[in-house]
Amino acid sequence: MIDRRTFLTGTIGAAAVMACPAVLRAQGSPIRIGFPLPLTGPFDWIAADQQKGAQLAMDVLNAKGGALGRKVEVLFRDDELKPAVGAQRTKELIENQNVEFIVGGLAAHVQMAINEQAKKANKIFISISQSDEISAKPDSGPLTFHEALNPTITGRSVGAWAVKNVGKKWWIVYADYAWGKQNNAVFTDVVQKNGGTVLGSTPYPLGKPEFSTHLPKIQAARPEVLLAAVPGNDAVAFMKQAISFGLKQQTKIVWPLHFVDLAKTVGIDAFADTYGGTSFYWELQDSVPEAKHYVEAFTKKFNRPPDSYSGYGYSGIMEVARGIELAKSTNSDAVATALLNNPSYAHYKTKQWWRKCDRKAFQDLWIVKGRQQLKGEWGYFDVVSKVAADEALDRTCGEKGYA
Amino acid sequence: MIDVSLQALAAQAFTGLVLGGILVLLAIGLSLIFGLMAVVNFAHGSLYMLGAYFGFFVLGLTRSYWAALILAPIMVGIVGLVIERFLMRPLYGRSPDDALLLTFGLSFVLIEAVKLVWGKMGLTFDPPKAFAGAMNLGFMSFPVYRLFILAVTIVVLVALWFFLEKTNVGLIVRAGTRDPLMVRALGIDLGRIWWLVFGLGVAMAGLAGVLAGPLRGVYADMGLEMIIESFVVVVVGGMGSLPGAIVAGLLIGEVVSLTTFFAPKLAEIVVFLVMALVLLVRPSGLFGEAGLAE
Repeated sequence: MIDRRTFLTGTIGAAAVMACPAVLRAQGSPIRIGFPLPLTGPFDWIAADQQKGAQLAMDVLNAKGGALGRKVEVLFRDDELKPAVGAQRTKELIENQNVEFIVGGLAAHVQMAINEQAKKANKIFISISQSDEISAKPDSGPLTFHEALNPTITGRSVGAWAVKNVGKKWWIVYADYAWGKQNNAVFTDVVQKNGGTVLGSTPYPLGKPEFSTHLPKIQAARPEVLLAAVPGNDAVAFMKQAISFGLKQQTKIVWPLHFVDLAKTVGIDAFADTYGGTSFYWELQDSVPEAKHYVEAFTKKFNRPPDSYSGYGYSGIMEVARGIELAKSTNSDAVATALLNNPSYAHYKTKQWWRKCDRKAFQDLWIVKGRQQLKGEWGYFDVVSKVAADEALDRTCGEKGYA
Repeated sequence: MIDVSLQALAAQAFTGLVLGGILVLLAIGLSLIFGLMAVVNFAHGSLYMLGAYFGFFVLGLTRSYWAALILAPIMVGIVGLVIERFLMRPLYGRSPDDALLLTFGLSFVLIEAVKLVWGKMGLTFDPPKAFAGAMNLGFMSFPVYRLFILAVTIVVLVALWFFLEKTNVGLIVRAGTRDPLMVRALGIDLGRIWWLVFGLGVAMAGLAGVLAGPLRGVYADMGLEMIIESFVVVVVGGMGSLPGAIVAGLLIGEVVSLTTFFAPKLAEIVVFLVMALVLLVRPSGLFGEAGLAE
């Protein structure tokens, strides 16, 4: 009979011996990657998902000995969803923590501020949330990469599909700020181009979850499709109020993006039969081998399957590591060149690639539909369609200001 | 054509009326506390949020919406009593700015505390089955739950009126609002009255929170936007005036609803325009008394 202390000592010793080769390989100082994101504020739940993806990437990389034999260390900083704070944190990461790369950012205006600091310091920035400007002139720099989807690609994909498959007569409700306005413009355009009509559109102030004054008018117009460009917690209020006014009986609700975490909050009944786009849904593991690998590792570490934005965080970190290995260097210029010369990758889902002119990632996206019956604890959606990655879905590099 | 737009206008006006009722409920506790204590309670929004979370908690425990509706405001009221006794009381006699800063800071402490306990992701709970869905009013179909909130608001207002006008404690509260020094000179312990009124005002924020939960969802930042709305109502109505809060709440509800109908982009601005206009014509608000805020 061994006592607890002996057992512990023995176990720790054995673990240390087994870990030894990896430790020896990962000699030298770690490669540091700065990761600003809004850990507090209204989008903290999306940021938490992004962070989990990056943490998993760190684990996976270091278990294989890191990059170039050095450990990879990701430093997370809370940007509070404020551009000024994002700039400050990024500057600190670069100047005081000596990070070699920046990955992260959530919300268009904050990633701009982060990008400005990365540009100044000549460091690669891989942005991992939606924005049309981040990969366009004049904001984008030669080291600015954009891993996430953007409103143009999302709107064109989801809009074209929904006009054909859900209904022709649309109404658009959008939050009155950059992301909402971009969605309104892109969807209006794509609905009309595909033979649909937009009966009307309603802006509402972001963060003000009172829709009762908008709903009677929308209901009276009898649209077949209601596009809800309504982010975060506003979405909860929107769904509850739309349902209480009886809107769901006559109109199908479409979102630019669906989130599992949001569906869990609002409830399966409210999300049933609503449509949305997504860069990733965990049940893709049934058909995509890379996704199976990723979802299994994620679920093992966090005891729940990933939502969509953790994929961006994971892939962003993995791309930095891939670039370092290719370039045999941590110099941002060398890594950027290496990535653009070897543009294809697939870290957690189907194949993606970098477009050389604007350093934008192209990737498949999926249309999902809310289930009526929850499958397991997290099975909120059915995947109803895949929109294959296509550079034609984004603006051309000419349209984005690249000569 | 004219029939259709008249019907649409009626629907919009009715929506505005009910929205106004909700605004009254949000603002009345704030107004009550200010009227008696001359304290601007910046934590009102966070206590409203706390009401919604307590409602969620009680509902989870008892499976009864009615238990949540009754217990959550009482729980928030108790939190209010503790805040008044241990945090506010040491500040009496000091500059009103101190109380303002205290409640402002407290609102963020409450937000972060709630995130620690219930997590960052919002929560949601549903109204009782009887109140789900919409009711046909002839000119529009309207959510039953919103009508229920309007009814609760009316009951609360009548009860509050009865308390202030017909009870002895109410008499002291009213006297204390007018001339605290004189009331003290008569040997009445005004400190206890302040304590109770603070608890009551805060409990009403909690009640508004439980009622709003099924309407707007439950999340830690839910009070931040609401506190601005409430302040506008209280300022337009006149700081500390209960009839003022009622009239201003209904007025703002209608203004928002009708502006939304014709020009949704302006709805937000028009509220502040109304506030500016009222203050230009009547600097103390519609029902305010000059000098109360000083």
